[in-house]
Amino acid sequence: MITQPGFLASEFPPGVDVFDYKTLIPSLEGSMWAGAFTKLSLLVWMAVAIIIVFFLVTYRNPTLVPSKKQWLAESAYGVVRNNIATDIIGPQGVRFAPYLATVFCFVFVTNLWSIVPFAQISPNSHLAFPVVLAVLTWVIYIGIGIKKHGLLGYLKHSTVQPGVPWWVHPILIPIEFLSNLILRPITLAVRLFANMFAGHMILLVFTLGGVALWNAGPLLLKPAALGSWAFAIVMTLFELFILSLQAYVFTLLSATYFQSSISEEH
Amino acid sequence: MNIAQEAPAPAEHGYNVLGVPLAEVIVGLIAFGVLLFVLTKFVFPRMESMFQQRVEAIEGGLVKAEKAQAEAAALLSQYKAQLAEARTEAARIRDEARADAEGIRTDVLAKAREESDRIIAAGREQLAGERASIVRELRTEMGSLAVSLAGKIVGESLEDEARRRGTVERALADLETAGAR
Repeated sequence: MITQPGFLASEFPPGVDVFDYKTLIPSLEGSMWAGAFTKLSLLVWMAVAIIIVFFLVTYRNPTLVPSKKQWLAESAYGVVRNNIATDIIGPQGVRFAPYLATVFCFVFVTNLWSIVPFAQISPNSHLAFPVVLAVLTWVIYIGIGIKKHGLLGYLKHSTVQPGVPWWVHPILIPIEFLSNLILRPITLAVRLFANMFAGHMILLVFTLGGVALWNAGPLLLKPAALGSWAFAIVMTLFELFILSLQAYVFTLLSATYFQSSISEEH
Repeated sequence: MNIAQEAPAPAEHGYNVLGVPLAEVIVGLIAFGVLLFVLTKFVFPRMESMFQQRVEAIEGGLVKAEKAQAEAAALLSQYKAQLAEARTEAARIRDEARADAEGIRTDVLAKAREESDRIIAAGREQLAGERASIVRELRTEMGSLAVSLAGKIVGESLEDEARRRGTVERALADLETAGAR
């Protein structure tokens, strides 16, 4: 960035346009398929490829006493299976473990792009990708709820709070309906999207801000530029923490929703 | 500050932060679907079976160790029993040997005593026989001696059968009764 400071500094302060990735195939420019062949889509495909290759290679010849790589692959699945699926949903949660583990790996690796050099943007900072995952989770938890309790039974199960005075129900039922059946996928998607969006913004601010300070002229501002870049590194580490946490939270909340759908009590 | 200015009018810039383009949704769906399919079909079931195998291996190992321990304990008690058996056997053999030796000793003693008794008895018998034959010889000899002696002294033949026989017999009977007394 120091070699081309003038070019980058002109972008400061970064606006939302930095998230507007143009298609990598010029002939598609302007068509509705432009979004399918951007840098973000490429990163999604690469994430999927990396995860698949990682699991297939590490689990090609599994042994009873695992090698280091096999252990790593097993922990990725085992942690989600035991510490999320089984702990929250119970013994029957094992059947959701494959979905939850896939969600976790997908979100984690796509998030990880945000701090990988040259990628440095997470596909999840575009709302569409979190929405896909959140809607899938929503469909599943409503589906298993209806399968277990029946359509009306599930509506009652998820909206009517037991032990509440009858006159509160007219207020409570719409609120519960809204929060449990409508807002859950939205909050799930927006939480992930906003975190990755804001994370990218913060990294840009400190990196490009450093460039702007360096180019500002007065010698006195040069140390401030260095400080800004140093802080960009600190924020990158912070971003690593946030992106892991968001992957975990997304998986955890999905499991919680599944659990609430198939639980007997409210 | 740019954000603040642009946020109200995103359409102007052509980029909507909260937009959900269908193309990206499709990419996301297909990509995630492929990932879910591959992992659920080829990876996670193998991991589940591996976890299961591991559980079984550990449980099997525990069972095996328990079995080995039980086997060792059984062998130990068997050896101990055998040892005790051998000890009692040895003691029994020793006792028997002692009893045998005692028996042999008494046997030998008894036999020796019997033998000595027998020898003594035989000696006595022989002695008695010899004595009897000597007495018999003496008796005949003494008779003829006494007769010839008396004949010499008297000077006449006492060859008269009837007299001689009676005289000698009487004399011998007197002698015998005198000897027995």
